[in-house]
Amino acid sequence: MSFIADYYNYWIVVFLMMTGFYIVISASNLVKKVVGLNIFQTSVFMLYISMGKVKGGTAPILTEGATQYSNPLPHVLILTAIVVGVATTAVALSLIVRIKEEYGTVEENEFENKDDAI
Amino acid sequence: MIEQHLATLPIILPLIAAPIALILGRSMLTWAFATLVSALSCIASWQLLMITLSDGALSYALGGWPPPWGIELNVDVTNAFVLLAVSAMSTLVLIYSKDSIEKEINTSNHSLYYTAHLLCLTGLSGMLITGDAFNLFVFLEISSLATYTLVSLASDRRCLTATFRYLVMGTIGATFILIGVGMLYMKTGTLNMADLSTKMAAFESNRTLNTGLAFIMVGVSLKLALFPLHMWLPAAYTHAPSSVTAFLASTATKVAVYVMIRFIFSVFGASHVFETMSMEIILMILAIVAIFKCSYMATVQSNVKTLLAYSSVAQIGYMVLGISLVSIPGLMSGLIHIFNHALMKGALFMAVGAVFYRMGSVNIEAFKGLGKKMPLTMAAFTIAGLSIIGVPLTAGFVSKWYLVTAALEQDLWIVAALVLLGSLLAVVYIGRVLEAAYFQEPPESQDANNIKEVPWLMLMPMWILVLANIYFGINTSLTVEAATSASQWLFQGYNPAGVAL
Repeated sequence: MSFIADYYNYWIVVFLMMTGFYIVISASNLVKKVVGLNIFQTSVFMLYISMGKVKGGTAPILTEGATQYSNPLPHVLILTAIVVGVATTAVALSLIVRIKEEYGTVEENEFENKDDAI
Repeated sequence: MIEQHLATLPIILPLIAAPIALILGRSMLTWAFATLVSALSCIASWQLLMITLSDGALSYALGGWPPPWGIELNVDVTNAFVLLAVSAMSTLVLIYSKDSIEKEINTSNHSLYYTAHLLCLTGLSGMLITGDAFNLFVFLEISSLATYTLVSLASDRRCLTATFRYLVMGTIGATFILIGVGMLYMKTGTLNMADLSTKMAAFESNRTLNTGLAFIMVGVSLKLALFPLHMWLPAAYTHAPSSVTAFLASTATKVAVYVMIRFIFSVFGASHVFETMSMEIILMILAIVAIFKCSYMATVQSNVKTLLAYSSVAQIGYMVLGISLVSIPGLMSGLIHIFNHALMKGALFMAVGAVFYRMGSVNIEAFKGLGKKMPLTMAAFTIAGLSIIGVPLTAGFVSKWYLVTAALEQDLWIVAALVLLGSLLAVVYIGRVLEAAYFQEPPESQDANNIKEVPWLMLMPMWILVLANIYFGINTSLTVEAATSASQWLFQGYNPAGVAL
């Protein structure tokens, strides 16, 4: 039981990661795929952020009475990764808009048939 | 002043130029400007290669923060060598694209094309020379996002779905690398590659680090399209504009191969990856399957761009095979092939783009009788094709020769024989195109008067690459010298002869 309790942040990460991964693979709607991709990326953000926590440490701001601080570096890294994730989502969504314009659908199995017809 | 900051130029120049290219608009000016910037970073890379060949590796602390706290740029012979190939290819492709994109990309998107190309160059150069594992991920995503934009610019609507699949696969690959880097950081508390490798040496065999290695290897393999993670590549290469395909085929996957080499040798250490984890067996099997499966797939395609895309996956197999031999000559053949493959695939895709420019199709039917109508283009295709096969006096022969020698040195007769058999499959798929071009009559219905040679701005870069193929096939001093010193440097402190396979 303590194995689950001690590592609960990793269990959340693994659960989110697998959920996102499964959606990416199984969904045929492109928007749902992007949602899955986002959940998948978010799990990695959680992984980074939770690893920066130091037991008994406060926020990394110089204050009186604090001797231990959490590690701020993973948070900074993940800010960059979040920006990258936002950019990826933006590109993916704009691609979906273009796909909708050209094919009239965002369902993967439907536009595959349309290309075979040509 | 400039010499002091030379290492930053290949990244900074295209990065600053990209938004300027967007502002310049759709005129000729954008093209000239982008080409100029790319040529400048090519000159800077050449300088860097010369400096590293004579003085050894070069380190640059970005923003004046000393490593391992700040981000370090690390230029050594290996990445200066690949950097030169990438920036030279970028310049040639930009020269080529002026006429090529007229037919394939809407005029309103031309400035976007140049902007995305410059951003892609920024990302690729950054991936090559950064000495920071997290920074590598950021540059990887810069180049990937630019690549998605480039692929989706084609006027054929199928490029959109191909791009979407590429984006999903690419993002998963990049996120895997991010997870892997996170695991390394968890255990060591550092992101600087040199610092990582010293700190990791303290752990004998740690589960977190090994999981990190697994994530990074799978992520990088997705990016370099190692069989069976190559599924995104044929579709993306087929439907992208020709000049984009020429650029990506000759640079993007090669840079990913370099990232793999970098992680194996300068972060995890060859002895850990190969002796403790036995990674070379997995890589060797996948590489050999890639060579055969994808060469075979290439022989049955009717679209010449798809054919060459499958051939690219097979060629990546040769590079990874070189790495998996775990010896200085093996790694050297892999590095030489990175350079030579850029030369030949660049020329081949440019020739196919030239055929599209005149015929409006790249099916094998469109090539019928082109030997007479477009003699220069088809001659370029022939010579570059011979180079892919590995005929003597071409660059392809040099890399295959070193690969076979390296395999024989370790008494791996089967591997050497398989490499030669794989080349026979290349004879088949290149031969099919040449047969259509030289021995078949063009269809009667065609308006024969319209089919003539392409503009000289398309022919020139194509022929520069073809001549480079011949030059580096005869005079191997630059490639072999750089690759030898690079692989010796990577293998330093590690005795590859002790590896039993």
